[in-house]
Amino acid sequence: MKKIIKFVVIDILRNKIVLVYTLFLLITSLSVFNLEDNTSKGLLSLLNLILFIVPLVSIIFSTIYIYNSSEFIELLVSQPLERKNIWLSLFFGLAGSMVLAFFIGAGIPILIYEASSTGIMMLIIGCIITIIFVAIAFLTTVNTRDKAKGIGTAILLWLYFALLFDGLVLFILFQFSDYPLEKVVVFISALNPIDLGRILILLRLDVSALMGYTGAVFKDFFGTNLGFIVAFSP
Amino acid sequence: MITISNITKKFGKLAALDDVSINCNSTECIALIGPNGSGKTTLIKSILGMVVPDDGSILFNNKNIAHDWKYRKHIGYMPQIGKYPENMSIGQIFDMMKSIRKDDTISLDEELFTEFGLDKLLNKRMGTLSGGTRQKVSACLAFLFNPDILILDEPTAGLDPLASEILKEKISKEKTKGKLILITSHILSELDDLVTHIIFMQDGKLKFHKPFEALRSETGELKLSKAIANIMLKPTN
Repeated sequence: MKKIIKFVVIDILRNKIVLVYTLFLLITSLSVFNLEDNTSKGLLSLLNLILFIVPLVSIIFSTIYIYNSSEFIELLVSQPLERKNIWLSLFFGLAGSMVLAFFIGAGIPILIYEASSTGIMMLIIGCIITIIFVAIAFLTTVNTRDKAKGIGTAILLWLYFALLFDGLVLFILFQFSDYPLEKVVVFISALNPIDLGRILILLRLDVSALMGYTGAVFKDFFGTNLGFIVAFSP
Repeated sequence: MITISNITKKFGKLAALDDVSINCNSTECIALIGPNGSGKTTLIKSILGMVVPDDGSILFNNKNIAHDWKYRKHIGYMPQIGKYPENMSIGQIFDMMKSIRKDDTISLDEELFTEFGLDKLLNKRMGTLSGGTRQKVSACLAFLFNPDILILDEPTAGLDPLASEILKEKISKEKTKGKLILITSHILSELDDLVTHIIFMQDGKLKFHKPFEALRSETGELKLSKAIANIMLKPTN
């Protein structure tokens, strides 16, 4: 299994896209931290960037990569290897190199400028989001044989998680504003890894006061240790 | 060695394999023949576990192959169309396969590798290779680990006469070592001096499985192609 992971990682590194992604993250995070005099503010800007770009790159690159390695998989299935091992190696290779890219690109600047618990948590959240979206990409490719359809589904899923989901939550909030919805909203936002990451960081940065009553409820729930554990368990 | 009992595989409505039962033993060299779409490749893929039959079972050395994978190290498989990662070179493919299947008890068989002259092409990328060279790579990989069973799906398709002669030479050499060899081919004339048994399939059904000699004496033809033509033309069959 280690050998297959090694070949997958080498193959991905030879593919320049991951290097470009790393460089892009590095340049944006450095510039964001240098633009703002307050590192906490810089962290907030970086958060929005990361929550937008990391899922996008993770899901699209993984989907296309898995489709392109169909030949590699086909070559391996006729060999004395367990199916589960082939998939797991592919997953670990892919997730590992994406996490590494994120860690180098965004992690190093964060650790340099803001090595507080908030910064480290943002780093962990970025890594977890990367892994989650690589996993979603695997799910999409396994379920659709057609390449165009699979990549389309991946893009739609990203759109849903990054943009549509918030809209839906807002819609529900406004439509049912007469009812006490706080707990329901907490539950619904927990279904989206991107939202969950955003809320966790925002609470840490103490800007939740800006979010009004709902923010207070969020703080009530996610601010406690129990909420913290619930948020990380998926 | 391989016992296939009553396997059925359907792709939608089409039955690619319909209640097929075959028993193959070592030292046999079996020709798997039949018209296009008669289920030959599906049969081979189900032996390899790449296709899971809807019904029936396959035993390999008296062990069921379902959910097993270790048995595959005894099989060398040469696919009909070899698909390889485009941006890996020939050398990298071989290194990868060797490191994946590394086993000190197996002595590597690199005879074909040198005879095909692949050692001069080690740095060529798979994506730039011609169909014939790809086919050579597939053949080398099938023979590389000295397997007990060789499954060759249209081995000589796309090979030049010289290369296909080398390959046939190699197959008959392995045959004398007492290996089980399964070949599918449409070029019946090249199977004449290789095979000992014939499996004939049509529309996913097994038509017959008998020694070549028996087929010869039944039809009175010496050549395989004529014997098969003789059988296919008979209205009773």
